[in-house]
Amino acid sequence: MSEFVIPGQSPVSLDLHKCMRKTRGGKIKIAAGSKSGLAIKLTIFILLGLTVYGLLTFDYKNIDLAKAINGTWSNLKVLFGQPRLTYSSFAAAMRALLVTFSLGALSTIFGALIALFGALLCAKNIANPIAANVIKGFVAFIRAVPTILWVLIFTVAAGLGSVAAVIGLTFHSAGYLIKAYAESIEETDGGAIEALKASGASFWQIVSQAILPASISYMIAWTFLRFEINFTNALAVGAAAGAGGIGFDLWMAGSFYFDIRELGYITYIVVAAVILLETIATKIKARVR
Amino acid sequence: MLGKNQTFVNQTPLNQTSVFVKRKRTFTLVFLGTLALFLIAAAATNYDVIGGFESIPKAIGWLAKNFVPNAKAWSRLPDILTKLAETALVSVAVTVCAALGAFFFSLLSARTTKVNRWIGRGVRIIAAFLRNVPDIVWAILLMFSFGQNILTGFFALFFATLGMLTRTFIETIDEVSVACVEALQATGATYLQTVFQGVIPSSLPEIVSWVLYMIETNIRSSTLIGVLTATGVGAMFDLYYKRMDYSAASLVVISIVVLVIAIEIISNQIRKVIM
Repeated sequence: MSEFVIPGQSPVSLDLHKCMRKTRGGKIKIAAGSKSGLAIKLTIFILLGLTVYGLLTFDYKNIDLAKAINGTWSNLKVLFGQPRLTYSSFAAAMRALLVTFSLGALSTIFGALIALFGALLCAKNIANPIAANVIKGFVAFIRAVPTILWVLIFTVAAGLGSVAAVIGLTFHSAGYLIKAYAESIEETDGGAIEALKASGASFWQIVSQAILPASISYMIAWTFLRFEINFTNALAVGAAAGAGGIGFDLWMAGSFYFDIRELGYITYIVVAAVILLETIATKIKARVR
Repeated sequence: MLGKNQTFVNQTPLNQTSVFVKRKRTFTLVFLGTLALFLIAAAATNYDVIGGFESIPKAIGWLAKNFVPNAKAWSRLPDILTKLAETALVSVAVTVCAALGAFFFSLLSARTTKVNRWIGRGVRIIAAFLRNVPDIVWAILLMFSFGQNILTGFFALFFATLGMLTRTFIETIDEVSVACVEALQATGATYLQTVFQGVIPSSLPEIVSWVLYMIETNIRSSTLIGVLTATGVGAMFDLYYKRMDYSAASLVVISIVVLVIAIEIISNQIRKVIM
């Protein structure tokens, strides 16, 4: 026990051993236990528990796993090793790719337009708090419904075709972008808004002179991210809801003609398109920032 | 004094356009670009703009009339909840398994912890490949050998999630643990000591946060894959939908929404505590 005496005051105890936490063996613990550490451990424990429980109780329908894996492996080799078009042509595939690309573009444009106004109505720093909460709740609901279900619902209501696909995809895009845009707007410097308000600027003047210039680069980055997501969603929707485009060709090749080589060829086209989009998006994001 | 000030204002260099003109020009360019893209896209898909707008109120009317759970639909709730639990468990299991694999891969490839330059680069290429092949391609391919089995969806999501999480974990490890890895290496810690005492503790909150996010995403994706592979709650929706039993289908949608929002709220709470 060491004591530290400041002249004129009572001695201060400097017994560090009282503050240390030790293991049973006498080693000093480096990390102190904290609430967040406990929460992380608990979360991981629960997730692992659910995983083990799930893997043990799934209904595997007595599948022969070794045979299935071997089959998939040889299919995989054919898919990527011998791509060939039998039922479709390169030009037709490109046209289908353009359709999928356009479905993604249309839903991104509509989604971004709706989201711009939606975000202005629910960003904390400019909106009426009650209206903001109502809209945020509504948007959370829209985002929770999987895209494919929106498309299938609109297919019944609006008929099969690009309209159902675009509107279905737009719902989810708008929900996603409203949240993203609102967060970008909330990061705008409050001083600029206040200064404009004090000088008597109208709501739209504040929006166009303070909010948009400050947050437009984030918004553009989010929009391109969403466009990438919408492209893959348009693929999926084409396959699962028959909405056309190259996703539908994928589904036809795999589940209708059972032609792995054709599936492989179309997969290569799709992967090339996705990589191209990612590269363009990264370039634009870099230029905007 | 006033005159001096005015000359000062007028002295803007001629070759430097004002901020406002520049802003206007950018805005016009973005607007025209978007308009052109819109016109091309609408032409390529035969998109009927007016019909599209008209269909929205029609669709909402249809939804309000047919898409409401009735008594018969409620009697199906136990079946729906069983399938929903299956889908949720698959999403959790897929994400956790993929996260374990992704963590191992990201250790091999992150700048601070990689063993070898070539292994690091190889892992990055494989991850990019896995990420860019859409999950529906995996689902269609796996259907050939696995058939309409729960494992079809499991592996389809597994590959896509593995690619995605490997990239994010590499970024996380590089971002969070550079300083502590350097410090540990300076004290002469072994590789495994560096990983267990430095990398894991410092990057764990971020990693858990990403895993929670992927579970949310995978529940939505597994619904879609379920429609394709006839498993889980997606197949349930597809079945009722094709039978035109829309009120049961609406109950499926409502239960998915409740599940997704519940998971979102829980993971936001967890994030608040751990970050």
